[in-house]
Amino acid sequence: MSQMWTARLRNSWQKNLPIEKLLPDDQPAYVASWIYVFGVLTLAALGMIIFSGIILAFEGPAWYHTSDIGKFVNSLHFWSVQLFFVFMVIHLWGKYWMAAWRGNRFRTWATGAIAFVASIATAFTGYLVQTNFDSQWISFEAKDGFNSVGVGAWFTVTNLGQMLLLHVAFLPLILGVITVIHVLLVRKKGVVPPIDAQPSNGKESLL
Amino acid sequence: MRAANKAKREFDAAPWAGRTKRYDIVKEGSIALVFVAVTAVVLSLLMGSPDEPPLTFKGWALSNPDNFYVTAVQELAGTSGTATYGAPYNKASDGLNVGPLWLQKWAGVTRPVDTVNDFVITPLRTQVLSGEISAAVSQWTAASLGQKETWATTYDAAITKVEGKLSDVPAGDYGPVPALATGLTQMAKAGTLDAALLSQGGFFQTDNTKQIMFFGDGAYLDDAGTTANLQGGTWGMMNETGRYPGQAWLWLYSFWYQIPPFNNEESKPIGANADAYIMYLMGLLSLGLILIPVIPGVRSLPMKFPIHRRIWRQYYEAEGIKRKN
Repeated sequence: MSQMWTARLRNSWQKNLPIEKLLPDDQPAYVASWIYVFGVLTLAALGMIIFSGIILAFEGPAWYHTSDIGKFVNSLHFWSVQLFFVFMVIHLWGKYWMAAWRGNRFRTWATGAIAFVASIATAFTGYLVQTNFDSQWISFEAKDGFNSVGVGAWFTVTNLGQMLLLHVAFLPLILGVITVIHVLLVRKKGVVPPIDAQPSNGKESLL
Repeated sequence: MRAANKAKREFDAAPWAGRTKRYDIVKEGSIALVFVAVTAVVLSLLMGSPDEPPLTFKGWALSNPDNFYVTAVQELAGTSGTATYGAPYNKASDGLNVGPLWLQKWAGVTRPVDTVNDFVITPLRTQVLSGEISAAVSQWTAASLGQKETWATTYDAAITKVEGKLSDVPAGDYGPVPALATGLTQMAKAGTLDAALLSQGGFFQTDNTKQIMFFGDGAYLDDAGTTANLQGGTWGMMNETGRYPGQAWLWLYSFWYQIPPFNNEESKPIGANADAYIMYLMGLLSLGLILIPVIPGVRSLPMKFPIHRRIWRQYYEAEGIKRKN
């Protein structure tokens, strides 16, 4: 076995996640429900959020107050976020009732749950950088919670500059990395079998 | 039974080798993207997005000059919400705690706000002042700390005694405080206080903490929040201005503020420290969400409720798998 880090990484990747697993053209027969659509819908909404967010980032946080195009792009961003959370919550509940952590899939569940929490933080900072009445109100009200546990000493919700940087750089990066890990784990481990399925229903897999 | 469970666990973990079907995930993803894009575009065109203009100090001073004036006096007297807040702005109070945990106090003053100078004196100094106001600033600056405190607190107490009705405040030795408050009110009415609070005499500035804190000390922001149905006691955390969905995903966080003892500030220790207790509670619940797979009881519910029978109905019927429980 090679001692090269690069070779070891490549070998590990090829062993755990060959291209056939990463981009399969078939799925187990039990993948036959609308609930499976909500994972990919969540990813699609995240894509729309990033796309509209990049345009907003280029023009600055106050652009949409004075431009019709800016207002439209801001609306796209806003509604993509709303759709993202609707899809993600349905996806989350679906995976809960499927007990999707079975079969050594704890990390898949945990990264999904962490992504949910990270999404809330990212969306929250988005509400703080709207540069309108909402952001004034939310920042004044929200500061007490963060201050009460000492977090407000560094995470200052009334600081527009800090919130803007966290919203467009740090938090999307964190959310993006967690999401990529989550999706790779889904592909690596495969879709969890039905709860009532028994080895006798798929005994070929154990042979 | 134990052997059967072990076999089931291994079965769940093993790569699937039973029946499969063709499934084009790239096509599925593409259709999902088009669907989301079209839905977002339609919603954007039909509904737009919320954008209530920000409040300004000019709007406050013009619509409710007495409230602005009284708030300015409180900033000088050190009796405003900001002046008495504690960390991270000052050391005026210990802040909130949960049992022996005084994290607010321990985190220290990292965003210092001096309400006297940051909110009143420094902004006034950025202006070309009338003779009376200019003299008041000079008199204030030259006075001792004790004298300043006596003037401001005496005047603040006199205003409080007549319940904010400025015309009823009796004459007294209030030093330059009335003139300073008048000067700041005039400045706010002219629309120059917003920028002066932000810049504090400097150039680049991106931190709106001082503006927001000053706003919160008066009634203007609070009244606007009430009008827009954004107060915490009415699920305001998940509301949005106008007829738009807000941060509905904060429903559980907002929920705690609706029920006792969290919604009663008089209730000690929890109600009086509700912000801190709820933050800890939500932290624990978030951790619980992540750890559901290892929490007894919660992790077993999906096996007890037949929701999965609906999700995998086609497969169960095709395989002839009957319900076990």
